[in-house]
Amino acid sequence: MPAANESVLARRAEIVAALRAIVPGEGTVDDETGMRAYETDGLTAYRQMPFVVVLPETVAQVAAVLKYCGQNGIRVVPRGAGTSLSGGALPLEDAVLVSMMRFNRILDIDFANRCATVQPGVTNLAITQAVAHRGFYYAPDPSSQIACSIGGNVAENSGGVHCLKYGLTTNNILGLEIVTIEGEVLRLGGKHLDSAGYDFLAFMVGSEGLLGIVTEVTVRILRAPETARACLLGFPVTEDAGRCVAAIIAAGIIPGGMEMMDRPAIHAAEDFVHAGYPLDVDALLIVELDGPQVEVDHLLERVEAIARDHGATHCRVSQNEAERATFWAGRKAAFPAVGRISPDYMCMDGTIPRRELPRVLKGMAELSEKHGLRVANVFHAGDGNLHPLILFDANAEGELERAEAFGADILKLCVAVGGCLTGEHGVGVEKRDLMPEMFTEDDLKQQQRVKCAFDPDHLLNPGKVFPTLHRCAELGKMHVHRGRLPFPDIPRF
Amino acid sequence: MTDRLRPRDAAEVADTIRWALAAKEPLEVIGGGTKRAIAGPGQTAYALEMADCAGIVSYEPEELVLTLAPGTPMAEIEATLAARGQMLAFEPPDYTALLGAEGVPTFGGAFATNFAGPRRIAVGAVRDHMLGVHAVSGRGEPFKAGGRVVKNVTGYDLARALAGSWGTLAVATELTVKVLPRAECQTTLMLEGLDAEAAAEAMSRAMGFSGDVSGAAHLPADIAPLVVAGATASITALRIEGFGPSVAARTAAAEALFAGLPQRRAETDESIAIWRAIADGAPFVGTDEAVWRCSVPPTAGPALAAAAPGGSRSYCDWAGGLVLIATPAVGDAGAAQLRANVEMCGGHAMLLRAPVDIRANVATFHPMATGVEALAKRLRTAFDPEGILNPKRMSREAA
Repeated sequence: MPAANESVLARRAEIVAALRAIVPGEGTVDDETGMRAYETDGLTAYRQMPFVVVLPETVAQVAAVLKYCGQNGIRVVPRGAGTSLSGGALPLEDAVLVSMMRFNRILDIDFANRCATVQPGVTNLAITQAVAHRGFYYAPDPSSQIACSIGGNVAENSGGVHCLKYGLTTNNILGLEIVTIEGEVLRLGGKHLDSAGYDFLAFMVGSEGLLGIVTEVTVRILRAPETARACLLGFPVTEDAGRCVAAIIAAGIIPGGMEMMDRPAIHAAEDFVHAGYPLDVDALLIVELDGPQVEVDHLLERVEAIARDHGATHCRVSQNEAERATFWAGRKAAFPAVGRISPDYMCMDGTIPRRELPRVLKGMAELSEKHGLRVANVFHAGDGNLHPLILFDANAEGELERAEAFGADILKLCVAVGGCLTGEHGVGVEKRDLMPEMFTEDDLKQQQRVKCAFDPDHLLNPGKVFPTLHRCAELGKMHVHRGRLPFPDIPRF
Repeated sequence: MTDRLRPRDAAEVADTIRWALAAKEPLEVIGGGTKRAIAGPGQTAYALEMADCAGIVSYEPEELVLTLAPGTPMAEIEATLAARGQMLAFEPPDYTALLGAEGVPTFGGAFATNFAGPRRIAVGAVRDHMLGVHAVSGRGEPFKAGGRVVKNVTGYDLARALAGSWGTLAVATELTVKVLPRAECQTTLMLEGLDAEAAAEAMSRAMGFSGDVSGAAHLPADIAPLVVAGATASITALRIEGFGPSVAARTAAAEALFAGLPQRRAETDESIAIWRAIADGAPFVGTDEAVWRCSVPPTAGPALAAAAPGGSRSYCDWAGGLVLIATPAVGDAGAAQLRANVEMCGGHAMLLRAPVDIRANVATFHPMATGVEALAKRLRTAFDPEGILNPKRMSREAA
């Protein structure tokens, strides 16, 4: 992390007083007990006590806090519900932690325009709950949806199990209100579909709190599908399961969800929740189709036929909601199930082209040997997002380090086969130092120039995403090399 | 007279931009050149033309991923995808005829403008399907962002963010886009004789019903016959696409939803032709009117159209969220009135087509709030500090 700013540390009492004048009472927290709750997020291996915590309630307070911090060169770490799995909300020793969880109101539900405007601290699930009575829902459903905030979803461009069909957060956001580090309030987008100029929403969504603090979000809401049915497919050979996924998509079928588990994950889940998963297979697929009843029934027949053609030995189609829920129960409990068979586990988050799955699983087995640690895999087969769970014991000497090295090797493998470091958990601090595996120095410099357009002094969430911080003045310099015409090498007409 | 420079690959694109920087010669960046008229008259001595940076780099139907060079003609892409039963789901409009242009539309042009067609309400715009980009910035430096997979949050989402930047930040040299299966069949349910208010209400109901409507447009009585042969009243068109049995069942459900209203169906071929005409602005092709493209909250669309300047013609797509308005090409072509109306409901109005003398006094792009405009300028500087790429194209000032 960037070295703490000593002059900021030395001025703590003055800074706390200034923040308390903006956010009075319990809205400014500077005692150790109160701040302890904020020392980590969902990536609990990293801990750091914040410098001070503020919990603003109004946009004016957010603007005043950021303006004060901006003018005084004080770093800021934005935080939503704190469920980040990549350390996106990890505090810094010298940074004001701004918790947005008091922004918890639903401001407007507009069924006629199919959108809802909410404050960023509203949980993902609460949006769906607020519109469900009229048959609507908010599509992205990260597995933390009961707890994670929509503001955090915007910061991380959160996904879920339905991304192939319904998109990520970025595909479901219509408008944002943000506050810049200068304390300026900007409204981007709205209830209309296309942006008027640059696509600021695309810059903001997934920017991991490095560009501004979101104070209002307008999301698309969709009519909930008429029905959903799932089928459970078991394959003795993993490659066959992969080919089956490709064949389903090649047949023009886009399932609402398509999840794969490997043998260790199947066994852990079955032992835990008794979902009726076959134990004599190497790969299990859950294929869920949603939409109009007649379509779902029609396509399930096709999926079943494709699966049998591709070597599925187990094939069960849910006959009712209870059975569908049972199929999912094992998958949804996969993480805690793995937690039962290992003192600790680390969840990775690479994405790969689907066809590379057999190669990646084989490579992972070799890496498992190399690092002497077990791994279980759950895989969003529809969109190629892989979640290897590395099993280790943090109390055993050196195992955490080995697990981290194993994880890094897995992500390098994902990049090597044409994938990426993170599909939905974000870069944060966890994968920051792996960024050069995927991007060149020039790629990262251009990304940082975007940062400079929003936050020229690197005050917002520094130490996240980028392995090396360049000063904006340095990044802005340009050397014009030569005045030579590139012709006649380049055709001109 | 504009000199056209036609680089053949990313290295030559970078060379050209570096030369332009050194020579202080701004470049107009064009793909097939079919949308040039939107920017007004040419203002640079040199054009960077991407037509020779063309071709499909890789296409993997089972991964739903297509990688191509930006100069690839749209028709080539659509034929390649159709052969495997797939499509660019955002249904790019072809404004070549509307703008009276020559040439062929390219993928780069769709990416640069982020123009999407009727299916936008169901699946999103060009930006929603972008996965990765290789580009050369206005600094003459190559960079890449994103990748070749659907789920990817590694770094800022520049593949999406550069869509719709009209070539003012960087010149894309390779693009990766998500494709989707093409529907087996489609049916369009046409409700006849609804006024603007009733149409807005009907389209909201249709989009809020579980039949997965993938196109919702309202064609007033003067426009309807130009799109639907034999139409004698306004038509509110609702498209339902997908697998055969599903389309049949959903269409029946939609008919039941609007039972009591005069209605008829257009089956696959007629349906395809109707939506092509709606997408491409066919009712306004070949006239001397100015044409506006307005993006507003869907329920506001029909009213915005109804309140257009006297003598205008208009229709709505995107369930009301996109309004194409043809205004008499006199004065400011209705700019002040239209933009004031748009301000009231939220959204923006772009001047798509206008004679040169009107463009001289009316900005193509809708004015932005001061703070947002300042941020846009800083972003521009972050990619293109000298303003070497398309210097005036996104300007808020008149051409």
